[in-house]
Amino acid sequence: MTLFGDPAVWLPVVFAALMGLSILIYVVLDGFDLGVGILTPLGNEAEKDRMVASIGPFWDANETWLVMAVGLLLVAFPAAHGTILTALYLPVAIMLIGLILRGTAFEFRAKVALPKKNAWNVAFFAGSIMTSMAQGYMLGLYVMGLDNSWTSQAFALLTAVFLTVGYSFIGACWLILKAEGELQLKAVRWARGGIWGVVLGVGAISLATPLVSTRIWERWFSIPEFFLLAPLPLMSAALILGIWVVLRRLPTANDSFAWLPFAGASALFVLAFTGLAYSFYPYVVPEKLTIYAAASAPESLMIILVGALIVIPVIAGYSALAYYIFRGKARDLRYD
Amino acid sequence: MEMMDTLLLSRIQFAANISFHILFPTITIALGWVLVFFKWRYARTSDQVWMDAYFFWVKVFALSFAMGVVSGITMSFQFGTNWPGFMESVGNIAGPLLAYEIMTAFFMEAVFLGIMLFGFSRVPGWAHTGATVLVAVGTTMSTFWILVLNSWMHTPQGFEMRDGVAYATDWFAIIFNPSMPYRLAHVLLASGLTVGFLIAGMSALRWVMGERSAEVRKSLRLGVIMGAAIIPVQIYAGDMHGLNTLEYQPAKVAAMEGNWETQGNVPLLLFALPDEDARENRFEIGIPSGASLILTHRLDGEVPGLNDFVAEDGTILHPPVNAVFWSFRVMVGTGMAMLALSWAALFLMRRGRGIEGLPRPVLWAFMPMAFSGWLATLAGWYTTEIGRQPWLVTGVLSTDAAVGDVAPALVASTLVAYLMIYGALLVAYVSVLVYLARRKAKGGTAPVAGRPVSGAIQSIPAE
Repeated sequence: MTLFGDPAVWLPVVFAALMGLSILIYVVLDGFDLGVGILTPLGNEAEKDRMVASIGPFWDANETWLVMAVGLLLVAFPAAHGTILTALYLPVAIMLIGLILRGTAFEFRAKVALPKKNAWNVAFFAGSIMTSMAQGYMLGLYVMGLDNSWTSQAFALLTAVFLTVGYSFIGACWLILKAEGELQLKAVRWARGGIWGVVLGVGAISLATPLVSTRIWERWFSIPEFFLLAPLPLMSAALILGIWVVLRRLPTANDSFAWLPFAGASALFVLAFTGLAYSFYPYVVPEKLTIYAAASAPESLMIILVGALIVIPVIAGYSALAYYIFRGKARDLRYD
Repeated sequence: MEMMDTLLLSRIQFAANISFHILFPTITIALGWVLVFFKWRYARTSDQVWMDAYFFWVKVFALSFAMGVVSGITMSFQFGTNWPGFMESVGNIAGPLLAYEIMTAFFMEAVFLGIMLFGFSRVPGWAHTGATVLVAVGTTMSTFWILVLNSWMHTPQGFEMRDGVAYATDWFAIIFNPSMPYRLAHVLLASGLTVGFLIAGMSALRWVMGERSAEVRKSLRLGVIMGAAIIPVQIYAGDMHGLNTLEYQPAKVAAMEGNWETQGNVPLLLFALPDEDARENRFEIGIPSGASLILTHRLDGEVPGLNDFVAEDGTILHPPVNAVFWSFRVMVGTGMAMLALSWAALFLMRRGRGIEGLPRPVLWAFMPMAFSGWLATLAGWYTTEIGRQPWLVTGVLSTDAAVGDVAPALVASTLVAYLMIYGALLVAYVSVLVYLARRKAKGGTAPVAGRPVSGAIQSIPAE
């Protein structure tokens, strides 16, 4: 049985990879949107506008990666999506209401009469923090094997806080890149504070995951896997140290290296995600259902794959175009 | 019993979500093309009035788009949280259709929306127009894919069942299933009508508030012409759609007509109270043989009756009659009101009389009719979707077989949360539309997205 021999073998792997990629892209891209939203109460009135402007042209497309990820779960692993989503019913509902508040507040705050604008600013913040807390809670519950015991829920509450801090951190890093002057200075301070939350969060999840499952423990702590995987935690530690050193020196006089914290934070998210993906593969429902058992019919997956191979490069192309068009420091958002 | 409660609550929750959601795509599908039209007229005439119209309506578009996006995401999750049986049973068909919607439409509209809204001063004029066109294409493609899936749920074909799971055998047959062309045409025309009356209604409001700009004249005229031109086409398309439903979903047509026995010379009921327990109508007022004439083009043509859709053991296999019967009448009634108002207005505005030709009551009538498209769309949607019951996928999957095993209290509490937030957002949406109209009518400038409060140093856009 060669890799390209039996589609029933390699198609689920390809779709698991596509879904993982979508989740990762979502977490990085909407992570900074949500992070900026969580930080808005810390800015003054003009700074709030500038913070919102820094994500204005992007947030909608960024959020689409979440639709892509849940869509892939839905279409590629129909036997798993029901189990996962019904187990996460309440946090999913809270996240959806958060996303509704965030997305609509973005438009409303710019269009209502001034006295009402403050209420929509609150909704923007509340929506952002509800979404990130709910996502962190889901992550924690997933790591604990979708189990509803008190310890799992307590752990999930902890990851909810950590992911929120993590999003605020990458949001602050985005602002360092997109803002100038006083707001940029503030963003550097926020990032310096946030990085400790990231260290705690990544550490807590890294410790908890192998403790929950002996299978995952063996995947990490046996020879030679332990040494082959060593670069993952080592690179993360080096990145955190690097970002810390850079944050102490920012902002520079000519604004050089303003991109570095965001790039470093993104890389950190990628590493943490890779570790999680390695832990759970080949399970889509932790310890219960593998991607092979949950996958759709190969004929249907093949139809989607053909489309995906053509369309995804195009999506990447025009997404890059949008980031290029709105490059540089954030300016006021205007329709004209 | 517990599952029954979850089923009913899940149905209400999905209906609430889709009812809220559908309001906004119904606006953005056609409004996207109206914005393209404004840009095209501006390119041809260099008349600033078209850009004024563009900058006013792009705000409505942006707001409607955001409302549509967030409620659409909610629905994509509810497939899994509330209806896991749907994807488990027909996922091999629904999956690729949804995947193509996301890949070919969602990303395109989302990315180019950013450029269309905020890129006007950053990209050349042609690129901005291009982004506007791509957003409109994206919303229309999205409509296409979702209506392919929805139509397939009404009139499924091109698949085979193995162990309770549907497997695709013919994708051409799946995509071009029998009701798809009619449903797609009906929905696209509904969007055109909704936008036509929304433009006419908001322009009438601005006119009554005292605005006399060239832009409000052009907008009102455009809205009236859109309404008057599309409504006859829609009536024809709706009739064709009805004939298609008669062929493939006779039980739905029987409920729409409130007809219990299969027979000829069936009257067209203008009013009746269908009594589902006694299985007869009370207080019938109808046009003799009207339904037979419309559906079969013969006075004695046979119309299917609801009693044909009751199983031997008494299980009812037709949709709930009252909801379908009355939703259908609300839709048709709203369509007739649209026809009367738009054609009357067109007549009054003839030969250059313009808006001055419109008497005050006609202008006032346009204001509530700004949302007539919403009413007709919802009523039509209820007719067709409630008319599909008790099936989720006609003849393949029943609704109660697809519902998830979630505690009723959990479904109930999230339902309350959704209803509250949707209610608040609807109030906010309509009041922002009125606010934008008033700001425009009073000659002020409504704030542009994200502009600082202390906008003194900013140049005020010419609007």
